Amino acid sequence: MKCSDFLHELTNYLDGVLDEPTKVELENHLSWCHNCYVVCDTTKKTIEIYRDSQLYELPEDLRSRLRSAIMTKCQQHKKRGPESV
Amino acid sequence: MGTIQNKLEEPVSDELTLVRAAKQGDDSAFEELVRRYDRNVFRIAQHITQNREDAEDVVQEAFLKAYSNLAKFQEQSKFYTWLVRIAVNEALMKLRRKKPERTVSLDEDIKTEDDSLPREIADWSPNPEQQYTQAELREILSKTIQGLPPGFRTVFVLRDVEGLSTEETAAALELSVPAVKSRLLRARLQLRERLGRYFQKRESGDGEQ
Repeated sequence: MKCSDFLHELTNYLDGVLDEPTKVELENHLSWCHNCYVVCDTTKKTIEIYRDSQLYELPEDLRSRLRSAIMTKCQQHKKRGPESV
Repeated sequence: MGTIQNKLEEPVSDELTLVRAAKQGDDSAFEELVRRYDRNVFRIAQHITQNREDAEDVVQEAFLKAYSNLAKFQEQSKFYTWLVRIAVNEALMKLRRKKPERTVSLDEDIKTEDDSLPREIADWSPNPEQQYTQAELREILSKTIQGLPPGFRTVFVLRDVEGLSTEETAAALELSVPAVKSRLLRARLQLRERLGRYFQKRESGDGEQ
């Protein structure tokens, strides 16, 4: 496997959807190619950091304000009939 | 090296029960759906619009649209996937209205060297996120993802932050599976490269072997 092949398979590898022979080949490549190992490892960390970041959490007070605004609008819509949105 | 697992696994039947009750006019069932997904919709909206007030508007508009179009929901996909599709459209429309000079579309294809290896390959410190306070880290992550084109960051957010499957992401964005995979790879690599500026190993003194 060449470095360009590794890159082509990286997303499937990280998503755990590679077939077994390709996975073995890729992991063999990673065992000796330091650059690809670093790319793989830091890409995985990138995903984990974003996933665990709690970026843009909805604060509870805003959350309940939004929910009650939504439900009020829904009820107004119901009264006015289906053409109002 | 392990793989990344999806984090959102809702029991579909339970969701469908709520959807059907809401279709029959049970507003408390719809409110339960709002409760279940408002945080996800808000996060997606703010990632796309990069603006909190816009994200609040998108949350309201998306749920109102879902409510008023519930009868048209065919139950062939998850309600959540359908809702995400509505929310993404609302968010992109907001962005388009704000930046009319730039075409904002999920079809935009930025030319990048997607089949060549990344240029800078430097390893990161172990636990790089711990070098920063929570607030600093959020600022870094937010600034970094803002630099991606909307079409790329939308795919990344749905797939990697919200944990939708590739197929669900494709359905929500009306893209093909190969298009989702190609954007996801480029988004991941671009974010990795940009985050490297903050997370790279220092040249000396941190015990590299």
